[in-house]
Amino acid sequence: MFHRFIRTLASAALLGAFASPALAQDSKVADELAKYREALADGNPADLLEVKGEGLWSEKRGPKKASLEQCDLGLGPGKLEGAYASLPRYFKDTGKVMDVESRLVHCMVTLQGFTVAEATKNWYSRPGTESDIEALVTFIGAKSNGKPINVPATHPEEAKMAKMGEYIFYRRSGPQDFSCSICHGQEGKRIRLQELGNLTTKDGAGTAMKTWPSYRVSQGAVWTMQRRLIDCMRQARWPEPNYLADSIIALETYLQKTATGTVMETPGIKR
Amino acid sequence: MKLKTSLVATFALALSLPAFAQKAVEAPGGKFVKEAEQMFRTSFRADNPKYWMTRLEQDDTMKTCLQYRDNPPRPIGQKLERQNAATIRYPVDGKLIGDWKEGEKLAAVGTGGHIGFIQPDPAGRVRGGNCYACHELAKKEVAYGTIGPSLHHFGKIRGNAEEIVKYAYDKIYNSNAFTACTNMPRFGLHSWLTPEQITHIVAFLVDPESPVNKD
Repeated sequence: MFHRFIRTLASAALLGAFASPALAQDSKVADELAKYREALADGNPADLLEVKGEGLWSEKRGPKKASLEQCDLGLGPGKLEGAYASLPRYFKDTGKVMDVESRLVHCMVTLQGFTVAEATKNWYSRPGTESDIEALVTFIGAKSNGKPINVPATHPEEAKMAKMGEYIFYRRSGPQDFSCSICHGQEGKRIRLQELGNLTTKDGAGTAMKTWPSYRVSQGAVWTMQRRLIDCMRQARWPEPNYLADSIIALETYLQKTATGTVMETPGIKR
Repeated sequence: MKLKTSLVATFALALSLPAFAQKAVEAPGGKFVKEAEQMFRTSFRADNPKYWMTRLEQDDTMKTCLQYRDNPPRPIGQKLERQNAATIRYPVDGKLIGDWKEGEKLAAVGTGGHIGFIQPDPAGRVRGGNCYACHELAKKEVAYGTIGPSLHHFGKIRGNAEEIVKYAYDKIYNSNAFTACTNMPRFGLHSWLTPEQITHIVAFLVDPESPVNKD
C-alpha cells in the first residue's frame, strides 16, 4: 500500500507537469491524461478511502455502539456485493426510493443511533475535514466492481423517480439557460477540452456512471454521486439542492436506469 | 395528366398523414411533470436568499424548450424566436463594434455567477462570456469546446457589413431570436453581459485585426 501511495504521488506530480497552460494539442492532452489514468490504475488514492470505509463499516459506533454490518442496501442485511450497482431502488421499510447515500444515512440513524444531522454533517470532505460518508460509499461502491449496473426501475415508485429525473435533466433555467441536456444530450462534444458524454444513451450514461465514486484529481478528493450532481447544479448557476434531496435521487435513478447493463469500474479516477 | 397529378397528390398525402398522426415525443417527466416540478422546487434550503431562488424560474422559452426536449415543432419555434427577438436592446450610442481586446478577455473568462454554500464565487468575481467553452475562436487558444460551431475566421469569412455585425450582436444578446432552444445562453436578456460588453465580443469576432481573423 505504501509503495502504491508513493507511486500515486509521483503520478500526481507528473499530472502537474501536464496541466500547464502550454497545452500543445487536444489529442496530446487526451493521450497524456490516458497515460496518467493508467499510471494511477493500480494506485488510485481512493483505495486508501476504501480501506478506511471497510473499517468504518464493521466498527461499533454511535450511541447504540453498533456496526453497519446489518445494513440492508437492497439485497438483504449486510449483502454488499452488487448492492451499489442496483441502487437507487424502492425500499418497503421507508416507502421511498433511496440511493446508496440516503440508505447509508438511514442505517447510521436506525442501527447506530446517530441523528440525521450528525450522520450528514461531513457528507463531503474539505481540506482538513474527512468524510466518513465518502469512505463508506467508496467501500460500498467497490463491492460492485465488475458487476453490471442493474436499475431497471420496474417498481412503480422507481419508474416514477426515473421519469422525474428525466424531467429535471431537460429542465432549463437560470442566467445561462442551462439544463443537464444542453451539454450531456448529444454525441461527441467537448466543453473546453473536456469530453462530454451523451447521458441519454446507455453508452454515455454507462461510461459516466460506472466509475463513481471517483477520485477527482482537480479536487484532490473522492466524490460521491450526490456530490457530483449537486456540483452540476452549482455549475449551472443554480442554488445547491440539499444533500440527499429527492431531485438528486431522481436524476440518479434516471441515469442508472439508462446505464443499466454497464459493468462497474469503481472507484474511478477523473480530472 | 390531371388525373395523374391528383393521384400523385393523394399518394403524397397518404404518405405524409402517418407523420402527422404520429404521436409527438413525450414531454420529459411524462405524467409526473407537475410532481417533478414540485419535487425540484422543494429540494433547496429554505434559507436560500430570494435572488438565488429566482434562478429556478422559467420563462416561456425555457418551459417550452423543456416540453419539447429543445426541439420544438417549427411553428412553436418561430413564435419563440419572434418573442425573443423583441427583447433585444442596443447600446445608447448605437455603436455595435467595441474593442476587440476587451472582447478577447471576455471570451476567455469562464467564471462568475456561481452561488451556493459549498463553492460560491467570491464577491466581485469577473463574469465573462466563456465563449471558448463551446466555440473555437482565435487559433492560438487550443482549449476550446465543440458544443457550438467554430467561429475561427468569423469576420474573415463573413466580412463586417452592417447586417453581419447586427447578426453577431443580436445572436449574443438573445440566441433564441434565431434558433429557439439552442444550447447557447441568452447573454443580453439575462444581463449576464452588458450591451457594451457584447459590442466588445462582436469586435473580437469581426475586427480584421482580431486574432479570430488572423492566423
